[in-house]
Amino acid sequence: MNQELIRDKLSSNFPQEVIQSAVLFGEQISVTVSAEKILEVCLFLKEDSDLAFDFLSFVAGVDRYPKAPRFEVVYQLYSLKHNHRFRVKTLLNEPENGLPEVDSVTGIWPTADWHERETAEMFGITFNNHPDPRKLLLPENWSIHPLRKDFPLQGTGEDTPDLPS
Amino acid sequence: MGIERHLNDTVHVTNLEWFVNWSRKSSMWPLGFGLACCALEMIATFVSRYDLSRFGMEVARPSPRHADLMIVSGTASKKMLPAVLRIYEQMAEPRWVIAMGACACTGGIYKNYAVVQGIDRHLPVDVYIPGCPPRPEALLDGILQLHAKVMKEQSIRNPRVTEIKVAGR
Repeated sequence: MNQELIRDKLSSNFPQEVIQSAVLFGEQISVTVSAEKILEVCLFLKEDSDLAFDFLSFVAGVDRYPKAPRFEVVYQLYSLKHNHRFRVKTLLNEPENGLPEVDSVTGIWPTADWHERETAEMFGITFNNHPDPRKLLLPENWSIHPLRKDFPLQGTGEDTPDLPS
Repeated sequence: MGIERHLNDTVHVTNLEWFVNWSRKSSMWPLGFGLACCALEMIATFVSRYDLSRFGMEVARPSPRHADLMIVSGTASKKMLPAVLRIYEQMAEPRWVIAMGACACTGGIYKNYAVVQGIDRHLPVDVYIPGCPPRPEALLDGILQLHAKVMKEQSIRNPRVTEIKVAGR
């Protein structure tokens, strides 16, 4: 199935508020989906027999600082059945207090488990209903988000001690 | 020496400290552990081409309790550091440390939040070997420098004490 057909199938099954935009980049179309509906869209992409995206290549985060909405979560999909790929994104605003939130897709693709844990600690994005929301790479007691654009490369001193206290 | 000549050179007279130092430096037991790419150069030094056994050091021990030389070969990340210190603590006295490569000496190119900026912040380093990574010749030279240092130690009169201060313990 080519990229335009996948996009048309998505936009014919979801209203425009959900499928916010579709941009061709390279050989793939990136579809931006509203964060509230990410689970429904992902489930549709997996369950529909023409699409059958049964393989999640990766989940990644993007910090678009100083643009708003600031954060982006990217889902790269692949179908082993049809040998086609597709990219889904969702935009997250930075709330006044706390961290931006999005639903975890671990229930749909178990691959998302570690990928979401890494994205969570590196960008400070909370994945709701994640089965194991510990940190993946950073020490458990650090509260920093190193891949954010406003994070100083060498750390802030007290936040990144050599040894756990 | 009079007594040696008197006994037809069948004995050798020296002082105890020199003998202890000579024994230590002649059969040093390095710890077989590597942290990053420098470990490959260290392995190359151990095996036949550069052949560390020429200096009595061919047995790399997998257990720190059998080793007396720690070669910190590579980047020590902050998450790895507690394990490195735990290994060092388990080594028996007397023990020595070589910081191998730019990362172990200073943090190297990794001037960032995740990497220890020099292992000498936490371990008493005896010899620093610069390079990224150092060639086996450089490691051999560093080891020979350490041997020379061991020969100068006052191992009987003033034995070395290598305690480390670990924060939070």
